[in-house]
Amino acid sequence: MKKAFAEASSHAYIEGTGSGPPRNTTFPIMALFKRPSLKGLGLKKNDMPEGLWHKCPECGQISHEVDLKQRKRVCQKCDHHFTMIASERIEMIADPGTFQEIDAGLDSVDGLGFKNYLEKVKSYQQKTGLKEAIVTGRAKIGGRPAVIGVMDFRFLGASMGSVVGEKVTRAIELATDEKATVVLFSASGGARMHEGILSLMQMAKTSGALARHHLARLPYISVLTHPTTGGVTASFSTLGDVILAEPRCMIGFAGPRVVKETTHQNLPPGFQTAEFMMEHGLVDRIVHREEMRETLSRLIRYMSRA
Amino acid sequence: MNTEPLDFEKPIFELERQLVDLRELSSSKNIDMDSEIRKIEEKITRTKEQTYRNLTAWQRVQIARHPQRPYTLDYVDRCFDDFLELHGDRHIGDDQSMPGGFADLEGRRCVVVGQQKGRNTKDNLLRNFGSAHPEGYRKALRLMRMGEKFGAAIVALIDTPGAYPGIGAEERNIAEAIAFNLREMMTMRVPIVAIVIGEGGSGGALGIGVADRVLMLENAYYSVISPEGCAAILWKDRKHAPEAANTLRITATDLKELDIIDEVIPEPLGGAHRDHVAASATLKTVLRRHLAELDAIGLDELLQLRYEKFRKFGKFKG
Ligand SMILES: [Zn+2]
Repeated sequence: MKKAFAEASSHAYIEGTGSGPPRNTTFPIMALFKRPSLKGLGLKKNDMPEGLWHKCPECGQISHEVDLKQRKRVCQKCDHHFTMIASERIEMIADPGTFQEIDAGLDSVDGLGFKNYLEKVKSYQQKTGLKEAIVTGRAKIGGRPAVIGVMDFRFLGASMGSVVGEKVTRAIELATDEKATVVLFSASGGARMHEGILSLMQMAKTSGALARHHLARLPYISVLTHPTTGGVTASFSTLGDVILAEPRCMIGFAGPRVVKETTHQNLPPGFQTAEFMMEHGLVDRIVHREEMRETLSRLIRYMSRA
Repeated sequence: MNTEPLDFEKPIFELERQLVDLRELSSSKNIDMDSEIRKIEEKITRTKEQTYRNLTAWQRVQIARHPQRPYTLDYVDRCFDDFLELHGDRHIGDDQSMPGGFADLEGRRCVVVGQQKGRNTKDNLLRNFGSAHPEGYRKALRLMRMGEKFGAAIVALIDTPGAYPGIGAEERNIAEAIAFNLREMMTMRVPIVAIVIGEGGSGGALGIGVADRVLMLENAYYSVISPEGCAAILWKDRKHAPEAANTLRITATDLKELDIIDEVIPEPLGGAHRDHVAASATLKTVLRRHLAELDAIGLDELLQLRYEKFRKFGKFKG
């Protein structure tokens, strides 16, 4: 029992150990075929029309990229919400043409001397075309000004290091200055281990900025998407005036593996899903992607005083 | 204090045992062995200096987790007068892993909160090994708010392997309990001092750690992830915890260099567990000094400084 306790604090981003979102991963169609048939076609991996077809990990439905994009990456058969990249999500919620990115140039440094950290960051930058795990900026939602931030899980599990913490903090401070609503879409494996204590302190920094925004009586809407865990859950993402969640997304503080190992108990069905959170009174609403923009607009209208 | 030696302390304990034998021999046989005794005493002093002045990060983690190390209530006992414990979060229960209440520090009214570990199985069942549930963080917040209301300074003693990763903790929103404390502590209109006295286990530590001054005992550690957890990820093997402890930069000296903490509080040679009285006396002196400094600052300025203190954390470019 004591051994498991030593891991009590291991809710930081755990790479490749199952805290990622296998449930939601977008599988290119080639994953459907067994290797031999690929070889039989005389094709290499690179020759495949990667990403054109996607298989729903829940029901097996196969959708074409164009259709899936049009349906906001929701499975037409079972309503499964696929992982969304930041730019798509911004397009989905901001009034057309209103998004202006801020702090796009912030870049990670190796604050602790953690081996291979910067190489890792660079590889994710190349893979995703993003500089870091969150995109922030001004936008309008339902005609009202908001500062929004959207985390992108592809980037090192959208773990929170100094840059993510700084961008979230600046976004909140900007909203406080401009008397605007804050809308943050979370998806994160937690605090970024590679920046050690600096990552942990981002939890206090972002929450502190929210304290001032809160005292200024300004609206903050937190939207939890798959998966939101660890240090992000234990800071800005659970501090919304209103907390929304996407259907069936995973939300929690400690990873399910850690909980299981520590407690030696079987986890209840649906543990740490949006529906579980809803049942326990921890989120305001579960919102289907088709209704996200409208729900945000309605909320912001109610929460704005002018 | 009688304690089991940690692995790296075994040479010292062996020498100390030899010294006892020698003294016994000398007095029982009435032989003059003064020079031998002096030699071994010198060797003990040298070995201690060499060992304890050059502790590795991992050795400090072991000291921070030492079962004889003074815990929150030991410091409350020795540093404060008239401790009046208050219980419960007013909703679910009373989390005994996070005791708290009113206490006097040489006439300065305080609210003290902190995680408490147990020294034996029975105590640890009660204290949950120092891992608090949401109720603990909410009780701490309730008491801190009361401190704010009545102008009592807040002292948070941090000693936890982490917030409890359990089913009930998740159901009752441990994440929100911590997050809410982070937000609320930032704007409390009363001086706050947080001291990491043992283990500073990630969010569970930070959950009572937003303060005007953050201090650390010499052999305490403060980290985003346990060295074992980090080793399991980086090396796929918990045995590499010593390397992980180095890499993560979690010792008091590291964190002072990184400008995360304000001061390192020295411990008696070999660690606080070897001399509770001396360890408590030093902590008390340092705590009084910081509270006196904070009491001299106006509240608006204090809150501005507290905000800026945490606002500056992080390293990036662009
Ligand atoms: Zn489906």
